Amino acid sequence: MSTAKTERLLNLVICLLSTRRPLTKAQIRQAVPQYAENASTEAFERMFERDKDELRDLGIPLLTSFENPLFEDEVGYRVDRDAYALPEVSFEPDELAVLGLASRVWQQASLAGPASRALAKLTALGAPPDDGSLIGLEPRIRTAEPAFDALWAAVRDRVPVRFTYRTAATGAVATRTVEPWAVTSWHGRWYLTGYDRDRRAPRVFRLSRVESAVRTVGRPGEYEVPADHDPRLFVGSTVQERPRTTARLRVREGTAHMVRRRATDVRDLGDGWHELSVDLDDPEVLAEELVSHGANVVVVEPSDLRDAVVRRLRGVLAPAGTGEGAR
Amino acid sequence: MSESATERLSRLLAMVPWLLAHQGVPLAEAATAFGVDQRQLVKDLELLFVCGLPGHMPDDLIEADWEGGFVYVGNADAIARPLRLGVDEALALIVGLRALADVPGLGDREALDRALAKLESAAGAAAAPAESVRVDLDAGTDPAVVQACEDALRRRRRLHLRYLVPRRDETTERDVDPMRVLTVEGHWYLEAWCHRVEDVRTFRLDRVVDVRVLDVDGTAPPTARSRDLNAGLFEPSPHDHLVTLNLSPAARWVVDYYPVEAVVEQPDGLRVGIRTADLAWLRQLVLRLGGDATVLDPLELADDVRRTAERALAAYEPSEPPSSQPSERPSEPPSDQPSKRTSEPPSERTDQRPDPAEPSPVGGGTAEG
Repeated sequence: MSTAKTERLLNLVICLLSTRRPLTKAQIRQAVPQYAENASTEAFERMFERDKDELRDLGIPLLTSFENPLFEDEVGYRVDRDAYALPEVSFEPDELAVLGLASRVWQQASLAGPASRALAKLTALGAPPDDGSLIGLEPRIRTAEPAFDALWAAVRDRVPVRFTYRTAATGAVATRTVEPWAVTSWHGRWYLTGYDRDRRAPRVFRLSRVESAVRTVGRPGEYEVPADHDPRLFVGSTVQERPRTTARLRVREGTAHMVRRRATDVRDLGDGWHELSVDLDDPEVLAEELVSHGANVVVVEPSDLRDAVVRRLRGVLAPAGTGEGAR
Repeated sequence: MSESATERLSRLLAMVPWLLAHQGVPLAEAATAFGVDQRQLVKDLELLFVCGLPGHMPDDLIEADWEGGFVYVGNADAIARPLRLGVDEALALIVGLRALADVPGLGDREALDRALAKLESAAGAAAAPAESVRVDLDAGTDPAVVQACEDALRRRRRLHLRYLVPRRDETTERDVDPMRVLTVEGHWYLEAWCHRVEDVRTFRLDRVVDVRVLDVDGTAPPTARSRDLNAGLFEPSPHDHLVTLNLSPAARWVVDYYPVEAVVEQPDGLRVGIRTADLAWLRQLVLRLGGDATVLDPLELADDVRRTAERALAAYEPSEPPSSQPSERPSEPPSDQPSKRTSEPPSERTDQRPDPAEPSPVGGGTAEG
């Protein structure tokens, strides 16, 4: 089924690329066997219309002209060869090596196909790559989130979308309507930035929390992306805050190595304990890490960090659901 | 395979110019170049073979020959030049290159800049949407560490690592022979043959306390096999402990982060099972969730968590004997309210993922034969 269609489209491309003169529909029907086999003219015409659209979607420059001297009143078709072909570009072996690495970045992601096609197109013209210095180096991007394809397409075409989204803190699921601006991978997670029409404000969405299929709810190019939108900055500042102050901690000797790594200062208290200074941005975030070290770490100051730790420890002893706390 | 006809057409149109420039290429190599298996590649060649110029007489058709496993293509002048890059194609490479530019220690930054400039100019208008996709591969790892690992890999040198194992809260010393430097979910890892355990191990580079490139051959033994990390670092094994947790809404992010099973919605929260070879990191996880997660099973873990919390709390309430009255103190100051939670909790918690290197939470050891 799909093979027959691919065969038809390929023959059509070859036919329209190899002709100097625009061909009429009748000529095309003759030239492409899969059309000739088609019984009715009507069926052929419907098929041809769809095929034209699909070729254009692939970026094939299909020209329509009325200048066929043989059939004055009839439309002619051909593909513009110069506009079709990738411009001559030649890469040095070391450039091809980094291009190869860049395409392999997507190996486990939904853009794997386009990435290897693009590389093949570029390497069809050039020398073999020199991979020597890059062997064993495997930076990888993953797009495990089902919403990636639809959201990237929406960003590309600037089409508003609607999906149901599970909010992190509450677990509540709600429908969101968004004008997608960009998709960003930050610390290994994919995020969508955009204008949330319901909240009337820019928002960050994590792709893994998109619960439904993504539906488009508008036309391509319906909105503009703000010129000063910096997705990385926006995601970074929404998800994480800058260092704010310094915390002082008592840490038992020989323990809590992960905390010690971040210490800006260490003082030996002489009683089997050290006093550490660490940068503090969000006390809630740091408290979580400190709690995981149990009795080996004690917060000296500030008090909001201390409170956050104590609250968590009490929470462990009187879990959420038994009292207040879960919200 | 759910490939559409146009996707396949795209591949064929890219394949012909490439094969014309690589006459006699082995089937396997051509298949790899297009990210398909050899069966699919042969199907593609069979399709090319029946297509061609109008008329479709034998002389009009594309020639394709793969007898003996080497591919030759001819008589395909009409499609001998590659179609210009589509938006997806341009994006994949441009975003990929920009991501690489952030990679610490990537040898040839200059080649990367040249390649990017040529690519952008060749892609023309198709390059523009690449602006709206950003990938940040660097997640705060010390560039010197990544650089040392890449250097050792390139020159096949052994590395000496001082490596932190958070779950055991200890720093270990070991010599390793590097096999790969890779990223998984935003973190840099070194995969290497570890001489201490005589096996392949994966080291998260932001936990390397110190690294030294040794002047010793660092070629991993031929028996060393890379693990397939495509599915992520967790490979739960049926031999692991099965821990059952109840998660309140605030702890739901756990489901996004760890491979959980048997997720059941309950009136009082989300019930999930987590398999792990090591209960220590689960104790850490439950502690950090501060009451938003409850251990239902096994009971020994629930006890362990409670005792640890009691001992820790004793440091803040010195008058209380830690074991007698576990902290049910309604008389606490009113400041004890749930304060703000961070809006997107999981992202900052990446540093607390269980450590993939030894003792492996990855089921029954590593996957090599």
